Amino acid sequence: MKISKFNIVLLGLALVAPFVFYPVLLMKVLCFALFACAFNLLLGFVGLLSFGHAVFLGTGGYVTGYLMMNTGLTPELGILAGTVASGLLGAIYGKLSVKREGIYFAMVTLALAQLMFFVFLQAPFTGGEDGLQGIPRGYLLGLIDLSDNLNMYYFVLAIFLFGFWLINRTVHSPFGQILKAIRDNEPRATSLGYNVNDYKWAAFVISAALAGLAGSTKTLVFQLASLTDVHWHMSGEVVLMTLLGGMGTIFGPVVGAAVVVGIQNFLSGGELGNYVHIIMGLIFIVCVLAFRSGIVGEIQKVVKRNFS
Amino acid sequence: MATFMGINLFGLFGQLLVGLINGSFYALLSLGLAIIFGLLKIINFAQGAIYMLGAFAAYLALQYFGIGYWAALIVVPLVVGLLGVLMERFLIRPIANEDHLYSLLLTFGVALVLQGMFTHMFGSSGLSYAIPDALKGGNKLPFMYLPNYRAWIIVASLIVCVGTWWMIEKTKLGAYLRAGTENPALMQAFGINVPLMVTLTFGFGVALAGFAGVMAAPVYSVSPDMGSNILIVVFAIVVIGGMGSIGGAIITGLGMGIVEGLTKYFYPEASNTVIFLVMVIVLLIKPAGLFGKEA
Repeated sequence: MKISKFNIVLLGLALVAPFVFYPVLLMKVLCFALFACAFNLLLGFVGLLSFGHAVFLGTGGYVTGYLMMNTGLTPELGILAGTVASGLLGAIYGKLSVKREGIYFAMVTLALAQLMFFVFLQAPFTGGEDGLQGIPRGYLLGLIDLSDNLNMYYFVLAIFLFGFWLINRTVHSPFGQILKAIRDNEPRATSLGYNVNDYKWAAFVISAALAGLAGSTKTLVFQLASLTDVHWHMSGEVVLMTLLGGMGTIFGPVVGAAVVVGIQNFLSGGELGNYVHIIMGLIFIVCVLAFRSGIVGEIQKVVKRNFS
Repeated sequence: MATFMGINLFGLFGQLLVGLINGSFYALLSLGLAIIFGLLKIINFAQGAIYMLGAFAAYLALQYFGIGYWAALIVVPLVVGLLGVLMERFLIRPIANEDHLYSLLLTFGVALVLQGMFTHMFGSSGLSYAIPDALKGGNKLPFMYLPNYRAWIIVASLIVCVGTWWMIEKTKLGAYLRAGTENPALMQAFGINVPLMVTLTFGFGVALAGFAGVMAAPVYSVSPDMGSNILIVVFAIVVIGGMGSIGGAIITGLGMGIVEGLTKYFYPEASNTVIFLVMVIVLLIKPAGLFGKEA
């Protein structure tokens, strides 16, 4: 990706943002944005709707949380472990699911995710319904105290930028071109001699690992790993973020994540808490019926129509 | 206590009965999904929410209109089916030609709205619905106690399932339906109103979920999230049975209920996960499911 002025301005804004907004909220947005970007790598660029992606978010979170609590691991190693664990789970789940297409794929991933949900609910080390609480944030590289929200924010920002860069790199590489070819016309990609399932599987593993990275980071931010992150509602939420922001676009999932987290944050405070599900559902319906390209997709269309 | 080779028969048959009851609901719900998927290639994510709606409708009908269980068993599926007809006509038909994933997402949105509305109105704690007088009590068999209502669930859902199977596989109407999925354009040319048929089929599939909801009201507590948890299990069952296979949905639904019940007796820790494990094994051996055709 070329470093344009636009990107430099965005980076500048991200650097000063914690002085304007509450850092924890920003970190939440960044974690979900990374999660949504990882999910979009599959949906937007390979055309695979994984309806169980929360399992990778949650697995990363639980592994990182458990290791941070029980071994004296530094945060970066803890996060690495969570990412690797999710990547490995993704390797197994990918093998089982990428052979199926479309709706079948969605249902298989959903059911596989539910399998892990019950494992996390019942396994002795996950704290059951309570989850893991009071996870220490630790010292980055043994030096920088992450219990300070500002330090933590820049650490999270760095992780997000790394993940975002990696996804961009993947999408714009020859590998990414093949993924898009599979999305657009799978029989043709097969007839060109590509082993389609292998490419899908590789994309699945990358996506799972990055979702795990997002989950590990989120666990560190909130010092909490809970069943919410593995529940299938979370899988639905990440679909919503991607759909709302614009699937198949680079910035769409980021915008979608910011909007969804923003809405939830706004509603969760008062009387309106009950309406969260209703509003999320309505957004789903409106997005599917009226604007399937999402916010970023629609803006791109307007820009294209008027400025080029 | 009756035991056989060290196995507590009362416990075993008790769990088997619970499994058969759950299996009856699995069968009814996955049958509805299979019908809708077979004809429309739509995964109706709202099926669980509509099951919940059916249970609430029975509860509300009794509370506010004095409509009892037996009337509800007829009225609720009709009302819910009508709702399905409206849903198909105004929400799903506009996107019928898009990627089928969009209809999955749309019905997921509908499920969220329904569940959110009922949580808002009734809170998330369960309400109870009394067993109808005619089915109170039970029989003491030599190896177990069989409550009448539970026997009724199994018999009634079997009748509905087999009846539906017979209608689709053996009658002329069913032949039209199956032909409509194979080649809608040709059926149109023969003068069959395919869009109407599609709408009514969706309504019927949804009505099955409503029927299951009324049946479930007296055994489970009526609560807004009763549909969301059973739905994922039903999805796994649909994958195991082979998507769109009517007979597969019924047999796998009941079978998985029994498997779940047996697991609950012999190794309770795994009872929630066993169906998903079966799914993984089936996928490894037969990716299209037990009764499905390879796509």
